[in-house]
Amino acid sequence: MRDKGLIFGGLCVFLVAVTFPVWYNVAAGTTNKGPEPKLPAAEKECVASVDTMRTSHMDMLIAWRDQVVRQNQRTVTAFNGKTYDMRLTGTCLKCHDNKAEFCDRCHNYAGVQPYCWECHVDPAHLQRTGGG
Amino acid sequence: MDRRKFIGIAAGASALALAGSALPKLIGGGSGGGTEESSKTRWAMVIDPSKCLKRDGCTACVAACDKVHNIPGFHDPKHEVKWIWKEPFENAFPEQENRFTAEQFKEKPFILLCNHCDNPPCVRVCPTQATWKRGDGIVMMDWHRCIGCRYCMAACPYGSRSFNWSDPRTHIERMDPGFPTRTKGVVEKCTFCDERIARGEKPACVEACPEKAMAFGDLADPKSEVRRLLEGRYSIRRKPELGTQPEVFYLI
Repeated sequence: MRDKGLIFGGLCVFLVAVTFPVWYNVAAGTTNKGPEPKLPAAEKECVASVDTMRTSHMDMLIAWRDQVVRQNQRTVTAFNGKTYDMRLTGTCLKCHDNKAEFCDRCHNYAGVQPYCWECHVDPAHLQRTGGG
Repeated sequence: MDRRKFIGIAAGASALALAGSALPKLIGGGSGGGTEESSKTRWAMVIDPSKCLKRDGCTACVAACDKVHNIPGFHDPKHEVKWIWKEPFENAFPEQENRFTAEQFKEKPFILLCNHCDNPPCVRVCPTQATWKRGDGIVMMDWHRCIGCRYCMAACPYGSRSFNWSDPRTHIERMDPGFPTRTKGVVEKCTFCDERIARGEKPACVEACPEKAMAFGDLADPKSEVRRLLEGRYSIRRKPELGTQPEVFYLI
């Protein structure tokens, strides 16, 4: 066991290197908790059930887009019998008025960057920046 | 009947049948090139320049359009984005060339916008169907689908289409959250205010005109205001010789 120091030293370095991500996250305070989007306080019901919205809102928005722009169909009768205008800013953001705390929280967590907002306007953001 | 005679009759009959089915296509050119759907509505605009010219330098219609559609104001004329604009008579109607154009029109600004042609060349060249003709006559734009190839701009004989060479958002004076902006690399043009028509309103320019020089309505309805105006007075259209069938009329 002439190389005892070298072997155990090497093992220590190896262990530290392998477990580095764990220590790094502990130090940075990262947890494995999911994102917590802030839901609107006043409204209890969306245009579809929570599960549907959670998994398929993107497909629904694409379908809305095609129906409005290409078929000139502007309203939809939802599961609860209510009729909604198929509008991102006018309908979705009317209840979910805080895009930063609702849309962005999940999208940032999931690492997706939807390009909706390159054209569609977030009125709250507009107010903060004073237009333009 | 022998075999030879039978074959002869059969060949003659099939030749006749083939000619019968192909002839109408050759003569009639099919049904409008397949761009038109059957619809009960045909939106059109009638502009009365003599009313428009009453107010010198009035830009109410242009301002109203810019405001509701978040149209960017690029100062460089090469980057200009316009849905409705003014142009001297000679430029708007080059085929009306006349040494003695009446003083009331000569060098006077005329209001121009997308003509929403019945036979739109822009639609024919668009490779992604980002622009297409709706059943009610509106030449629509789907900005989600536009790839910015600008074929439509080359095809349009009226200069009705504009391209966003840079980010339009930084050049919008007052952004209206009720209407989306466009992005860099997208073509845009007048859509006859399709979003307002859907709500039962008139286009923003028509509503904003202080002289009521613009009328908007349904050509398919014989009792509509546009039909009444067109039946009462002589009207001209921009470059009708190109066969695009523009649906914006100018009363003379």
